Amino acid sequence: MALPQAKQTATEERLATLSLPDAGCTRKAREAAIARVREMGLPGRRDEYWKYTRPDTLVSVEAPHAALFDGEEPDIFHDFDRLQIVFIDGVFSPEQSDDLTLEGVSIDRLEDICCKDIHWAKDLYGVLETRGQVPVQRPLAALNTAFASDGVAIRVTGKPSKPINLVYRHASEDSDAILHHIVRVESDAEVTILENGPAASRFNKCMEIDIADNGTLHHIRAQGRDHQRRAATHMFTRLGKESVYKSFTLTVNGVLTRNEQVVELTGDDAVAHVAGACVGDGDFHHDDTVFVTHDAVNCESRQVFKKVLRNGATGVFQGKILVKEGAQKTDGYQISQSLLLDDDSQFLAKPELEIYADDVACSHGSTSGAIDETALFYLRSRGVPVADATDMLTLAFLAEAVDEIENEALSEVIVERLQGWLSRRR
Amino acid sequence: MLEIKNLHVKLEEEEKEILKGVDLTVEAGKVHAIMGPNGSGKSTLSYVLSGRDGYEVTDGAATLDGEDLLEMEPEERAAAGIFLAFQYPVEIPGVGNMTFLRTAVNAQRKARGQEELSAADFLKLVREKAKSLKIDADMLKRPVNVGFSGGEKKRNEILQMAMLEPKMCILDETDSGLDVDAMKLVSEGVNALRDAGRGFLVITHYQRLLDHIKPDVVHIMADGRIVKSGGPELALEVENNGYADILAEVN
Ligand SMILES: Nc1ncnc2c1ncn2[C@@H]1O[C@H](COP(=O)(O)OP(=O)(O)OP(=O)(O)O)[C@@H](O)[C@H]1O
Ligand SMILES: [Mg+2]
Repeated sequence: MALPQAKQTATEERLATLSLPDAGCTRKAREAAIARVREMGLPGRRDEYWKYTRPDTLVSVEAPHAALFDGEEPDIFHDFDRLQIVFIDGVFSPEQSDDLTLEGVSIDRLEDICCKDIHWAKDLYGVLETRGQVPVQRPLAALNTAFASDGVAIRVTGKPSKPINLVYRHASEDSDAILHHIVRVESDAEVTILENGPAASRFNKCMEIDIADNGTLHHIRAQGRDHQRRAATHMFTRLGKESVYKSFTLTVNGVLTRNEQVVELTGDDAVAHVAGACVGDGDFHHDDTVFVTHDAVNCESRQVFKKVLRNGATGVFQGKILVKEGAQKTDGYQISQSLLLDDDSQFLAKPELEIYADDVACSHGSTSGAIDETALFYLRSRGVPVADATDMLTLAFLAEAVDEIENEALSEVIVERLQGWLSRRR
Repeated sequence: MLEIKNLHVKLEEEEKEILKGVDLTVEAGKVHAIMGPNGSGKSTLSYVLSGRDGYEVTDGAATLDGEDLLEMEPEERAAAGIFLAFQYPVEIPGVGNMTFLRTAVNAQRKARGQEELSAADFLKLVREKAKSLKIDADMLKRPVNVGFSGGEKKRNEILQMAMLEPKMCILDETDSGLDVDAMKLVSEGVNALRDAGRGFLVITHYQRLLDHIKPDVVHIMADGRIVKSGGPELALEVENNGYADILAEVN
């Protein structure tokens, strides 16, 4: 079907500004991705999937200017023993990164894969993204596959002794970064991947994650901090038998963030939890778009998304659980909630269930509300000052999402960040 | 200690007067009980004293050791020494009971210019007090009142009171929902706090609680006023005959 003229023009204009990197073994995948982008067209305002979030500044030819955060604040995970892989405005920095060797894992730069003809990542690059284009189109992810200029391929074969930390630094006020990572967790392997940092003025990031039988991936991400930054991210995750995927995202600040999670449970007894906590102020717009497909027996999925919004901030949640025929004994849970600290802020939610199996337990709920006045009075009547009591209740509201992080030390630093955000806004 | 004079209170949202001139003085070291029919305004009085929103004081005064309570925020009243054990304790999902207690204790200490309790000292104190109320470690870890039984909630109120050591304790139907043994525990908890510097206002429907916590004065509240005051025998009279006689007598 032909694209509407305006959409086609916008898409071609954007494509004209991008050039295919020296692609080696990813070349075919990239060319196919360009074709997909042409076929779908880049997201436009009238697209149903972009009803609540305006994609204009994510697809425009030039990245909108974004001032750098001015202030000293150490990286959120700086206290942790971790292997750091640093990107500055989307470009790998060998100087700031650690040595990429670690037992139980092999890490290659995308660039190094590209100059090889054979590499394990070749069989994955763009594959999960392509699978994720059905039944809903995600053109920004295809654009990413086509033009990603950097990224890493992480293959986990054992249980590395420390987490791998992708650090995204923002240094230029007009940077426009496209990163693509491939993660393969082999059978019985287990890894924690951390991500943090504002990344770029505009950031398009795609991560394809393939977890083999019995593999485990913990993912914790903190999206900072530079107020004017924009980001569109996709995580495509495929889970094998008895594998586990647990992902948590913290978002503070950022004028526009769209995080898509596309999860496919393809092996029996797999577990996938995706969670997010965000706090937003003013012109902050945050969109969590999640699509979980159950295509195996006795799998469990949870989606837990909490947003605190004030001063006219907007939160969006689009979440779907699709239970395919035969995916019996599915346990699916989805909750999205917002705490509106004033009347100007808004939360737009579209929770969906689509079920083609009969023996399943799925529940979903979405709410939007203010601080509980009765609870607030109870705390104050015990002597807790109103500002502290409000913060306590706000953190309590976010707790269900933060509790999805299994590692206590990691969940503590997340809570600290949230506390910091709240105390700066008194 | 607590002095309430001609207190008139209406609902903020409606033209409905609930307290119609309450006069009441609780001296330090004394236990006063308030009884009265449902809807007579007992809980409203306790809320107005502790500073809950939604009520408007149209006349009268309430002071604690001479300080105007009605001008203060709820947390300031708490720091000044007011404590209300709620008729319906509030559930707060996501806030651990222990965190809550510690925050409250330290907030009050800070407001009074005292140093915060160290984590170790706090823990020791809370364990000791919890033990005497038969509150187990699990209840301390759980979110505030969430999933607590009616009686557990009431014991948790008394634990908070024991930790905060307020000057003026207001207990709103703390006995309701308690089994016989819990009633004893709670009463012992209250009696342990009785001393010359502390006042109690105990709202109850039943003589039974007053068997354990012996009041110095009993008041009867009806239709927003204290209509009769007397000694402990007044509670017995209510227990035996209900309110009809007393109300007929005062009207
Ligand atoms: N927020 C409110 N909105 C409407 N009516 C209220 C409100 N608060 C109190 N009232 C009314 O005021 C009156 C007094 O209520 P209050 O709870 O103080 O009574 P009480 O003496 O504590 O009763 P009980 O013995 O049943 O606990 C009742 O008629 C009640 O319905
Ligand atoms: Mg009452």
